[in-house]
Amino acid sequence: MANERQLCTFTLGDQYFGLDVLKVQEIIRAQEMTRVPLAHPVVRGLINLRGQIVTAIDLRRRLDMPDRPSELLPVNIVVQTDDGAVSLLVDEIGDVLEVSESAFERPPETLRGTARELILGAYKLKDRLLLVLDTERTVTLTNPNTRLERSE
Amino acid sequence: MNEVTREFLLETHENLGQLEGDLIALEKDPTEKQTLARVFRNLHTVKGSAGFLGLAKLQAVAHSAESLLSRLRDGELTFNPPIATALLQTIDSIRQVLASVESEAGEGSGNYSNLVRELDRLRETGGTAETPAVVARTMVAPIEPVPLTSAAITSPGPGTSFVQEATEPRAQSVSDSSIRVDVGLLDKLMNLVGELVLARNQIMQFSSSQENAAFLGTVQRLNLLTTELQANVMKTRMQPIGNIWSKFPRVVRDLALACGKQVRIDMEGQETELDKTIIEAIRDPLTHMVRNAVDHGIESPSTRLERGKLAEGRLSLHAFHEGGKVIIEINDDGGGIDPIRVRDKAIKVKAISPEEAVRMNERELVNLVFLPGFSTTEKVTHFSGRGVGMDVVRTNIERIGGSVELESQPGLGTTVKMKIPLTLAIIPALTVTSGGERYAIPQVSLLELVRLEGDQVKQRIESIHGFPVYRLRGNLLPLVYLNKELRTGDIRSAESEINIVVLHADDRQFGLVVDAIHDTEEIVVKPLQKQLKGVNVFAGATIMGDGRVALILDVLGIAQRANVVTGARVRALTEQNAQTSDASSNAKQSLLLFSIRDGGRMAIPLSIVARLEEFPFGSLERTGDQFVVQYRGEILPLVDVARQLNAEGGRAEGIPLASDTVQVVVYAGSERQVGLIVGSILDIVDEEIIATSRSSRSGVLHSAIVQGRVAEFLDVEGLVSRAS
Repeated sequence: MANERQLCTFTLGDQYFGLDVLKVQEIIRAQEMTRVPLAHPVVRGLINLRGQIVTAIDLRRRLDMPDRPSELLPVNIVVQTDDGAVSLLVDEIGDVLEVSESAFERPPETLRGTARELILGAYKLKDRLLLVLDTERTVTLTNPNTRLERSE
Repeated sequence: MNEVTREFLLETHENLGQLEGDLIALEKDPTEKQTLARVFRNLHTVKGSAGFLGLAKLQAVAHSAESLLSRLRDGELTFNPPIATALLQTIDSIRQVLASVESEAGEGSGNYSNLVRELDRLRETGGTAETPAVVARTMVAPIEPVPLTSAAITSPGPGTSFVQEATEPRAQSVSDSSIRVDVGLLDKLMNLVGELVLARNQIMQFSSSQENAAFLGTVQRLNLLTTELQANVMKTRMQPIGNIWSKFPRVVRDLALACGKQVRIDMEGQETELDKTIIEAIRDPLTHMVRNAVDHGIESPSTRLERGKLAEGRLSLHAFHEGGKVIIEINDDGGGIDPIRVRDKAIKVKAISPEEAVRMNERELVNLVFLPGFSTTEKVTHFSGRGVGMDVVRTNIERIGGSVELESQPGLGTTVKMKIPLTLAIIPALTVTSGGERYAIPQVSLLELVRLEGDQVKQRIESIHGFPVYRLRGNLLPLVYLNKELRTGDIRSAESEINIVVLHADDRQFGLVVDAIHDTEEIVVKPLQKQLKGVNVFAGATIMGDGRVALILDVLGIAQRANVVTGARVRALTEQNAQTSDASSNAKQSLLLFSIRDGGRMAIPLSIVARLEEFPFGSLERTGDQFVVQYRGEILPLVDVARQLNAEGGRAEGIPLASDTVQVVVYAGSERQVGLIVGSILDIVDEEIIATSRSSRSGVLHSAIVQGRVAEFLDVEGLVSRAS
């Protein structure tokens, strides 16, 4: 196993995240989305990606964070999963960082709930913490109808 | 695996299929010389190839079978059940060996010496009655019942084991004009065509704003080519249903033998074609129903004789195309399903309440067997398993957009009727708007479109037990407001217009209220990803001509969500209907009442009336002997009712009197529309037809009391065909 890996980084609110760059297919700006009524609130809609219909998942909602302000347009990180391409909606895209395994730590104790399930660990950077997401788990939604409905 | 082995596997599997069918046929008609010769040749070929590839066990088995067949072919022995059983088990053994070879494990560890011994013994003695049981136990394991679970029926991946799916030659002789193609390649082709259709749709949209003639001509050509390409690629994926059915004679034979019953299987429509993915999806449900019929449906020979039936039961399979779907009927002349027993069982397992049960008719009761966990057989047999079958069967059929229903007559038999769509990938759909979004509705579920404006909105929409309904030609149609079901809006009470899309799901009809209705077009169905799998109101998504994504409605899903297929709504409706209709068996009919020029009062069923129109007299034109009028861009032929009726009676009448306007009832005939010139429209009524008297003159079907006065019922079709 290589000592270093590359992460595609992005922000959600004031938190800094990264996911395995090898899973990232492309990054595109906010797209026209078709809403899916009655779907899990985390699914914001469907986008047309060069003829493929891709489901867009709002990462803020997925991590139980408050919605981004409406004037802020999200960015799409399109990832490859077992079930085809899925788009993750994030606030801003960051650089591709090289991180070394030695800096990897288990998830902080302060993380609770959904975030704890989806975060593999963290890298301590110079000035902040970089949380690493488990891509497959992130795009797997269970019990879609048991969650409370959020108002749009 | 090398090429030679691969070829061997493919060819031998094909031969085995043919062999099996031939053996079953021989059992019924042992003297069929050609079949016997073919069986011999087939086994001879298998023996030869086995020897060439060094498969000693296979060679030994094939050799013994071939020797037995040699004596049969030469007329020294007669084909009988023990011989048939042994030979069929030979085929099973060969299949075992092939499976082992395919998984690169050589010939496998099976021991076939018992089989070889039996074949040799039969060759010597011709077979006596008492051996088959012994043979059955010591040889290849008895046919295991297929456990039918939802998981077992998944959409097939591309390029699944080709050894199982070798296409069988349709004609008896191998034809040179066909070619073997890998299934994965066909799937790829289908996908590409789908993409092409999308791109074509987008180009068509752009081109509507272009004026360059050369460009438009090319676009048109592209359009035609794409349509034809699509049709032909879809054809490549079509397979005859006989491919699955071919296994059934063997299944039925073995099962009947094991149950101690006699069953004959008739198959009609084997050449009916379905898309490959659909064939895969119905394979297991069909097998299950066939097994059910033999195991539970058809009675033992002694019971049958007691009931005055032939000892041999009959199971018939019938497949045909109808209305854009494939219909498959499985009928047995067995004991049928007793609705009372089903009802009692359903109440016992609390699937329905006694009050609900009382309101159900026989058909509804019988169809309760589709409920989960249902089985009225006291004995759970080894062969068909528990009663988990029917509900899983229905789920799997509905998953591919089909439907399944039971009909039964106690003591006489049962019929299972399945309706399956022809293809899944590219379908015609109607686009609608609701709550600011566009949706596509598959045309196959669409019955008609209704638009209500102004006052009609308040008048025609009634409310029964709190559910809105619309009276469509006398029938109460439950209304479902799409906005409300999808929670994208509310029912607004002060509407000036309502658009209703009349849909059918699971044999029930309902009206879907939407904001606006657009065009019908061909769309490519893309499945929803797993994050959306739980949303059962959508069947998939598509990309429209303008590049935006639109969701495809799952009609059955919406109906279930809105409770219009079972439950509250329907109960409320049937209650209402029960209250408003009389005890007499005559149903109310919606009638159009009108008068004709000589004062006669006439009626026709409202269901055949397309529209009521009024034309200024001057707009009538004459072609030869007939009047016509220009109507909606076409020429509408007119029939002067009074003149036609009187022409029969001999009283000549001239052209219609020149009044200002002419009342015309537009009748939608079987080939085209025809306008009936009448005097004046009187009323539209719902009336029970009683006290009819026979026809008074030609052109009239009969007379009856309508609204207290006599009216003659016009023979519209007769009149129209006489006039033209």
